[in-house]
Amino acid sequence: MFAFIVSRLLQAIPVLLVVGFISFGMFAFVGDPILFMLGQDFTVEQKEALIRQLGLDQPFLVQYGHYLWAALHGNFGMSYRLARPVSTLLLERLPATAELALSAAAFAMIVGMPLGVYTGIKRDALSSRLILMFSLVGVSLPPFLIGILMILIFAVLLGWLPSFGRGEVVNLGIWTTGFLTWSGIKALVLPAISLGLFPLTLNMRLVRAEMLEVLRSDYIKFAKARGISQRAIYFGHALKNTLVPVITIVGLQIGGLIAFAIVTESVFQWPGMGLLLVQSIGTADIPVMSAYLQLIAVLFVVINLLVDLLYYAVDPRLRIGRGGGH
Amino acid sequence: MLGRFLDSDVFYSFRRNPLAVGSAIILVCVLIGSVFSPWLAPTNPFDLASLNVMDSFNPPAFMPDGARANLLGTDEQGRDVLSSIMYGTRVSLFVGVLAVAFAITLGVTVGLVAGYLGGFVESMLMRITDVQLSFPSILIALLVDGIARAVLPRELHNSLELYVLIFAIGISGWPQFARTVRGSTMVERNKEYVMAARVIGIGSARIMFSHILPNVLGPVLVIATLSLGQAILAEATLSFLGVGLPPTEPSLGTLIRIGQNFLLSGEWWVTIFPGIALALMVLAINLLGDWLRDALNPRLR
Repeated sequence: MFAFIVSRLLQAIPVLLVVGFISFGMFAFVGDPILFMLGQDFTVEQKEALIRQLGLDQPFLVQYGHYLWAALHGNFGMSYRLARPVSTLLLERLPATAELALSAAAFAMIVGMPLGVYTGIKRDALSSRLILMFSLVGVSLPPFLIGILMILIFAVLLGWLPSFGRGEVVNLGIWTTGFLTWSGIKALVLPAISLGLFPLTLNMRLVRAEMLEVLRSDYIKFAKARGISQRAIYFGHALKNTLVPVITIVGLQIGGLIAFAIVTESVFQWPGMGLLLVQSIGTADIPVMSAYLQLIAVLFVVINLLVDLLYYAVDPRLRIGRGGGH
Repeated sequence: MLGRFLDSDVFYSFRRNPLAVGSAIILVCVLIGSVFSPWLAPTNPFDLASLNVMDSFNPPAFMPDGARANLLGTDEQGRDVLSSIMYGTRVSLFVGVLAVAFAITLGVTVGLVAGYLGGFVESMLMRITDVQLSFPSILIALLVDGIARAVLPRELHNSLELYVLIFAIGISGWPQFARTVRGSTMVERNKEYVMAARVIGIGSARIMFSHILPNVLGPVLVIATLSLGQAILAEATLSFLGVGLPPTEPSLGTLIRIGQNFLLSGEWWVTIFPGIALALMVLAINLLGDWLRDALNPRLR
């Protein structure tokens, strides 16, 4: 177990170093921070002093080391556009994105899994086929279009839900939450559903495929022969055994959800990190872009690691396989 | 040639599959309508002289107060929405096709080199592929576009935006090709014709590109079809986010973004019709790609 974690961590380090290198390259070769910081009028002495002060006269690799060291301490520099520390900006925006992504993941699971069980049990029913067909169309629609359609229906035509923003938020020290006010929850509904639709269809298809597989197995046949109730068979025995791959996929989805939240946040003007990234790209705000890239990389590495560990814990075959020296 | 195609298994399975035939018909219509848009579109949306502000926000023709001349209504400047869609589809298709072509060139080369040479080169190239594959491609395209925006001076960037987008989307799509081609190259490498070529002293580059390449193109064709759908969506997404094509050269994504501003005031047709056009086109491409995958896979026959 320990060796497994260590080998996983060792594999993750090069990935993080490469991403750090790319982000540093963005700093080093794109734009001139000296010109940016000095403004219009400066003397040669001022310029050279600043270069020395910032350490820009040192070799490339030394600068890269300094950069990584600063990044490890949460220092990503100042945003060119907003003239504030990037880490503060990202921290301010993090709660909005995290709440959106988690709500979407929860929605995708709570709705997607029962639908998968249903379409798996009643595989030939008309209703199952209709659900599957709709899910195919849903996957082909671009996410921003689904958001726009939902705004048109629920905000413009019916007027039930707000079309933009986060509603009222409650400030809990370092975290601002929209879960505690009615307007915050109402504002969350449309973005979370439109972000969650794609993973919902994935969950549904996955659970359905696994259900079909498990229902064919011997122990389900025996359970049926023993006269155990349908409900106990489907939910107690069959669903439980489909959960291993589902956990993995749901875990991996959360990283993807944070990335795809970029689009949803733009549609609904949701004040999260994705909206910040899009605005920063529009104005070529390199520090924000590079910090976002590193944050996402760390997030993906951590999530992948957790999923691997979960796999390892849930599936005993993996342990035996490794112990056997394959 | 045509006769042989009409007799082939692939065409037979195509004729038997109504979804594939329907998608192909939609795609042919989209292709004709967009490629020949300057001649087929009712008006030229870029001809400022023909625009009349009095015509702005005409509802579609089928609505009670719609104008008959504008089948799908007009936008805020009085441009015909149908014409904008035809011109916009042309831009979207252009970007999509070139981006996929770029991704194929890069991915197939990497895959061939990695699969044929093996060893250190292979593990390096495949490591890069794996790292990139672990990030969502839309994020890669966004960041590449952002870096290009910072590197190029503003005027240059505005005039090159189309090519920057093609580059960004192509870069985000190549690893799929590299991985597939590497797999099939590793199989082909050990076949007799490659050995024979090597024995008579043909160079590695020539073996890779003129002997192995033709034999690994089957799966590439399938991935290319599905990638085209993704590339068109990626372009639309970037343009929708406002970091793609500018309103002076609108693609479908740009049209949807501009139209979204009028959604709350009730002029839904400015954004919904380009959206439907985009979704139909991508759905047709995806269905055709799915069919092609099944048709070319002998195990499923």
